[in-house]
Amino acid sequence: MDDKIITEDLNAYFGEVHAVKGVDIRIPKNAITAIIGPSGCGKSTLIRCMNRMHEVVRGARVTGRVLLDGKDVYDPHMDPVFVRTKVGMVFQKPNPFPTMSIYDNVVAGLRLNGEKDWKKLDAVVEKSLKLAALWDEVKHQLDASGVSISGGQQQRLCIARALAVEPEVLLLDEPCSALDPIATAKIEDLLFDLKDKYTIVIVTHNMQQAARIADFTAFMYLGEMVEFGETKKIFESPEKELTEKYITGRFG
Amino acid sequence: MNIYERRRIKNTLASGLALACVVLALIPLVYILAEVVIKGAPALSWEFLTSRTVGTGEPGEGIGNAIVGTLLLVFYAGLIGLPVGILTGIYVSEYGNNRFGTTVRFFNDVLANFPSIVVGLLAYALVVAYLDVGFSLIAGAFALAIIMIPIVANTTEEALRMVPNSLREGALALGVPRWRTVLKVMLTNARSGIVTGSLLSIARIAGETAPLLLTAFYSSYWSFSPTEPVASLPLTIFRNYNSPSDVLLEQAWGASLVLILIVLSLNIGVRILMRPRKRKHKAVKRRWMTRLSRKT
Repeated sequence: MDDKIITEDLNAYFGEVHAVKGVDIRIPKNAITAIIGPSGCGKSTLIRCMNRMHEVVRGARVTGRVLLDGKDVYDPHMDPVFVRTKVGMVFQKPNPFPTMSIYDNVVAGLRLNGEKDWKKLDAVVEKSLKLAALWDEVKHQLDASGVSISGGQQQRLCIARALAVEPEVLLLDEPCSALDPIATAKIEDLLFDLKDKYTIVIVTHNMQQAARIADFTAFMYLGEMVEFGETKKIFESPEKELTEKYITGRFG
Repeated sequence: MNIYERRRIKNTLASGLALACVVLALIPLVYILAEVVIKGAPALSWEFLTSRTVGTGEPGEGIGNAIVGTLLLVFYAGLIGLPVGILTGIYVSEYGNNRFGTTVRFFNDVLANFPSIVVGLLAYALVVAYLDVGFSLIAGAFALAIIMIPIVANTTEEALRMVPNSLREGALALGVPRWRTVLKVMLTNARSGIVTGSLLSIARIAGETAPLLLTAFYSSYWSFSPTEPVASLPLTIFRNYNSPSDVLLEQAWGASLVLILIVLSLNIGVRILMRPRKRKHKAVKRRWMTRLSRKT
């Protein structure tokens, strides 16, 4: 199987804090990869390195390489803006733009970059909202504010917004942690449908969620990658004792 | 007496004290407003608002040229001060996470507390004397702009910092370049704070007197040229108050009332303009409704 993203000896720092320590991981194409581990183990930081969102934080640094289709995204000639259009991201807390309508939220990435063709934008809105399984719920209120819908709908709106710029990879940073079980189930179904077209990396606190939807699972602890493999293997016969302890709930 | 009752009494006392302080703070405000209205209202007439300041205390005088002068001063000062102040605020908030940004922030704070007469002196030395423009509207506007800049910069920075970081990250993660993120997402969401700060600074400079003494000076005539001395409401008040004539004194109160009304109407006007509009959203809705109805 092809690897979409490969990290080589990836280190991430916040000032003096060493958050990600020499991580090597190969994210397979068109599959869902889950990253699990206790709070503060560097899961979010790891995926934020993959679309160069880590450097947005003050005092943050990265060393090592992140290869997207074989090209280093930290190459000096690589524009972070280009990387982020290829590698989309959905955050822990739904963050639709409050001053924009649902319609404008979906096409924010296109409109903010100067796209003005209404016919094209209309088509993108419909397609993206359908992909995010939100179309039927909001098609009659596209003019409503992006924050006027429920939390679960807002999160799917954020997924639609990320899909509208046609990325190849979708990074999700604990996308369901603020949602109830029904909204969570909807997002999980959605991710399952999306993996044919996209490479998906999801950070989650919820081990059941990883077991339900992920093809591959990585376990991180204190900034290091402890174990990575097929989800079934990680959950049923992990190689490391630490992984087994975490999976079985004996710490974390 | 149990602990809950004691807490309740403490709570009542504390909120009562706070309320008393609010009333205490409002007394001078209400007093000044009432005084200005009572003493200034009799002076108001169409003639008063449209005639020029002659300064003799004869009937038929007014403050028309001073009103125009103050509006021109505020306009030119805003033309210089608002863009510089807002851009400084944007820089310090969005790009100023370094030593230079910290320095700018520090000097901004210093400048914000600078005595306005010193700013006037600077404008005098630079524009009036060194550039040899002489006492003029533009020198006055320059001095007022310098007073404006730190106020506008500080409130802009504050307003931008209030915008949740998640919105900035949301835009950046969509592959929107940093400058567009600042322009389209951050500024839109900080809009009301920035407007409030700008209004605050305009209200502040509209009443400045000391720096104008050294820069715009004074004129009894109608003057619209940027390079000529110009009359202003604060200086008219100042000059008339020093005169022995009762007519001129009444005119000073009238000018005070007009000054307050100008600042107030500016405030209210901009607030009405800034109310969120739904026009664009409605256009989207109309388009979609027709499309959806065609399909079904």
